[in-house]
Amino acid sequence: SKNLNTPELQEKASVGTLYLSATHTIFVENNPETRKETWVLHSMVSSVDRPPSTPSGSQLVLRCKDFRVYQILVPQERDCVDVHASLVRLSRPEKYSELYCLSFNPSVNKEEREASWSFIDLMADYKRMGVPNNLWVSTTVNNEYRVCDTYPSELFVPKSASTGVIVGSSRFRSRGRFPALSYFHQDTLAAVCRCSQPLSGFSGRCQEDELMLQAVMKSNPGSDYIYVVDTRPKLNAMANRAAGKGYENEDHYTNIKLQFIGIENIHVMRSSQQKIIDVGEMRAPSMSDFLWGLENSGWLKHIKAVLDAGVFIARAVADEGVSVLVHCSDGWDRTAQACSVASILLDPFYRTLRGFMVLIERDWVSFGHKFSHRYAHLDGDPKEVSPVIDQFLECVWQLSEQFPCAFEFNERFLITLHTYIYSCQYGSFMGNCQKERRDLRLRERSHSVWPQLWKDRSDYTNPLYQAEQSQSQGVLKPNTSPFYFKMWKGLYNHVEKSVPPRQSPADYLSAVREESQQLEEELTNHQEVAPGGTAHHHFGQEFCDLDIF
Amino acid sequence: MEFSEHIKTANVEDVVLRQPLHPPSRGTLCITGHHLLFSDREEGSSRQVLLLLRNIDAIEKSVENLLGYSGFFSKAGLSERTSGSSGTITIKCKDLQVLQLDIPGMEQCLNIAHSIETLSCLDSVSEMYPFFYRPADLSLQDQWGLSSPESYYSQMKELHGRWRLSSVNRDYSVCPSYPPAVIVPNSIDDDTLRKVAKFRQGGRFPVLCYYHRKNGMVIMRSSQPLTGANRKRCKEDELLLQAVIDGSDKGYIIDTRSSQQAQQARMTGGGFESKSCYSHWKRLHRQMERGKALQESLIKLVEACGDESNNMDRWLSKLENSKWLSYVQTALSTAGLLAECVERDGHSVLVHGSEGTDSSLLISTLAQLIMDPCCRTLDGFLALLEREWLQAGHPFQQRCAHSAYSHTRLQQESPVFLLLLDCVWQLWRQFPLALGFSEALLLRLATEVYASDYGTFLCNSDQERCAVGVKDKTHCLFQALLRPREKDYYSNPLYEPTELAIWPSVHPQSLQLWRGFFLRWTQQIRHLEEAQEEIRNMVIEWGKLALS
Repeated sequence: SKNLNTPELQEKASVGTLYLSATHTIFVENNPETRKETWVLHSMVSSVDRPPSTPSGSQLVLRCKDFRVYQILVPQERDCVDVHASLVRLSRPEKYSELYCLSFNPSVNKEEREASWSFIDLMADYKRMGVPNNLWVSTTVNNEYRVCDTYPSELFVPKSASTGVIVGSSRFRSRGRFPALSYFHQDTLAAVCRCSQPLSGFSGRCQEDELMLQAVMKSNPGSDYIYVVDTRPKLNAMANRAAGKGYENEDHYTNIKLQFIGIENIHVMRSSQQKIIDVGEMRAPSMSDFLWGLENSGWLKHIKAVLDAGVFIARAVADEGVSVLVHCSDGWDRTAQACSVASILLDPFYRTLRGFMVLIERDWVSFGHKFSHRYAHLDGDPKEVSPVIDQFLECVWQLSEQFPCAFEFNERFLITLHTYIYSCQYGSFMGNCQKERRDLRLRERSHSVWPQLWKDRSDYTNPLYQAEQSQSQGVLKPNTSPFYFKMWKGLYNHVEKSVPPRQSPADYLSAVREESQQLEEELTNHQEVAPGGTAHHHFGQEFCDLDIF
Repeated sequence: MEFSEHIKTANVEDVVLRQPLHPPSRGTLCITGHHLLFSDREEGSSRQVLLLLRNIDAIEKSVENLLGYSGFFSKAGLSERTSGSSGTITIKCKDLQVLQLDIPGMEQCLNIAHSIETLSCLDSVSEMYPFFYRPADLSLQDQWGLSSPESYYSQMKELHGRWRLSSVNRDYSVCPSYPPAVIVPNSIDDDTLRKVAKFRQGGRFPVLCYYHRKNGMVIMRSSQPLTGANRKRCKEDELLLQAVIDGSDKGYIIDTRSSQQAQQARMTGGGFESKSCYSHWKRLHRQMERGKALQESLIKLVEACGDESNNMDRWLSKLENSKWLSYVQTALSTAGLLAECVERDGHSVLVHGSEGTDSSLLISTLAQLIMDPCCRTLDGFLALLEREWLQAGHPFQQRCAHSAYSHTRLQQESPVFLLLLDCVWQLWRQFPLALGFSEALLLRLATEVYASDYGTFLCNSDQERCAVGVKDKTHCLFQALLRPREKDYYSNPLYEPTELAIWPSVHPQSLQLWRGFFLRWTQQIRHLEEAQEEIRNMVIEWGKLALS
């Protein structure tokens, strides 16, 4: 342990001691009154830099995946070099076995841990949608991940699609990701399906794949065509043809309407996010600098593109009653974004706490999404890193800004989820697909995040949500005009966390709601209620803005 | 009434009205001296739309004649020849609502358009609607207004030692834009004030507008001193300012112009308080936009909010280009500076720009909201507006003659008051529990200031309002807003008074577009209103339970 001066970038500097454990960097303030502790998980550290030394000591800058930045001033350069070397190593695990979730041991017993993994039941959700039925059936074709190793073993496909058609189609699709059911809309019998790009090149075709799309169309009695939504910019899709991939040729596939959405690729998104992080870190920008930075980052434009994709799909399914097949390149980034946004818009269940967990589990975890690569759980190719799920979470936040009463969960929930996705504390987001998670025996060796979040749900509840309220019901129809997008301050702005806590109406209302419920209970129990003494509240200091103000 | 000469067609049947948030509807259009009235004639509906003509900022008309109209204009009255023609009038209101009327008959359409154009900008104050508005539940005998320098002075007992109420301006002869009574240092007599007034633009000599109870410091406001190119001095002016800081080591002057602008003002007879003549005063310059630049900013922003290209880059660049949010930022940070001088630094401050009727009022109002809990109640806020804007002589009639849509050449228009409301909204957003009033109040004021049933915002000064008898012949908006039902609606259900100052963050990420105003007529804003409604209901429910 060493005496160090650690001014956190945004807060007042404080002097204390820095400790490195196997899992955390811990800073304990010297101030005997507070002895304030700051814990930073190694897995949350995205970079450790050592800027040139200053007369007062050597510097370390920790940038974290939740966009916090810590500046540490170490008196002795030797110490600083050591700490730097350790942190670099500790923050970049090379093997799954080094991940925090395998050593993280909350105080729950074995039974509880095992039960935690069945907290979310995807089959129950398909049942809730009315699947299987005479249109969509369960298939065993991917048992033991034989056909597609990044897909789950249990999938729903059109009733009329034979095993031969499915297998043939999968051979014609990038990484074998054949069309499968993501969401079934009972009101119109239209469905949202997902897959990867066809291996068509300039002129290739595949009869089974054409039959497969035909089968998707037939599974919707209300429509004689389907939309194929290619979420990429058309130019990118065309470029893929040169590599033997590409998109559906409308001359070969009968009864499809092809629609490009224009969500940019992971590389564009990565650099865009870096720019918005930089905007968030500007200390005292002028309004012009800020707005220029916001525009220049392109971030809100990308968020809008993702939301627009979801809106297109939801409209097709709910308003036109037409099924949609969604893909991008490999069908695990933009496809996951578009499908999950569409589900949020289409089905109020996914706007509840539990429903949102189900949705993440289905469209992201189960269908295969490269969590380990995208969120840099392991030291690897930096070009594989990209804020794909960040964008989905932000779309949900932008929606909640337009519909403050429509979501059961609050901003804090989204931010907490963001942290857990990056932190590797729970096994839920380990690995890149179901097969990998099975091979890692994560269910035996780690914990699921969902029961924990559920247990703390009172922290994550939006006090304005009421299931019967009009905004909570039916299909959400957001306006995606640019005026309605804002920078997500709660996620990106840590500069202002040092400002005295702002007043939080959300916390106030939660307290009001809670107290009302208590009072109601007391009334029904015919107990005496103390008169008057309820007018003043003292709420927690943590900032959770209900940003309708 | 002479309005009739402007109304050639008073009634048109079969008009189609297109209005935001409503499906198009067919009905009868009537035009009167002050209103457009549309009555829906669809079966089972009895919707009526009453629009104050004064609210109309601009109209666009397009007519098409399906039959051809040779010689039509020379022979008016042959309306049957125009039976196949029709016209469309697009009405753009000062509250940013845009309506469209499809009117059968070209002549009728042109008549209606002409009436609207003429009647919406009549100049004569005494012919305006507030002089005709007689609601059943208000009486002209009711008290007019909520606050005045007299009442402020009599409530503030702490003032009475060092400050006095002067009626030197009782007949508005010393300063035409000031109220009859003003608060000045006790040691300064009326003769001195008369001399000081001659040394300040428009006669606006320094007067007290705020007394900070916690430390006895004050905010004074005035117009610029008329030092001119040859650095004229005025002993009385120096004496008055010295009396303000009597017993303290110094005071601050916040000049809402850049120091370069202040220098330049000397060329046209204006100027600033030089260090050599006002040695105990420290000048701080903060450039605030005013006048035309502000009006153009509003026009650009409203135009951007109507852009339908659906392009994010374009929107963000237009938002930046409008500069509106920059002006919000500057206003709040200058007000913050003012409050800091008084509350944290413990010194009195004199605020002025050039005329002292715009940005000075803006920042003194905001600073009072930041520091003084009394201004943050619904009544307190309205009283503050009355003192700092109406009696302080903000020229409402000139500033608010037109809003963002008008095509007429701009003269004195400037949305300073709208900028104030936007800044107050930013405060309200940042401190949702600290202000006693709701966003609905700010929206209501934003509408009323441009077109109103009430006389409150008529004219440019107290003197003008007296001359036309506003207080005797019209009703007071502020009194009306405090009627029980309205008061409920305009109160903030989450209000919890705090004695603390509310320091706004002026970081760009903390300032937002006031969607409730600029995107007011969209479906999305209804969702936010529902949320506010929900909050109100929750708190009411809770209140009931807690009492039972």
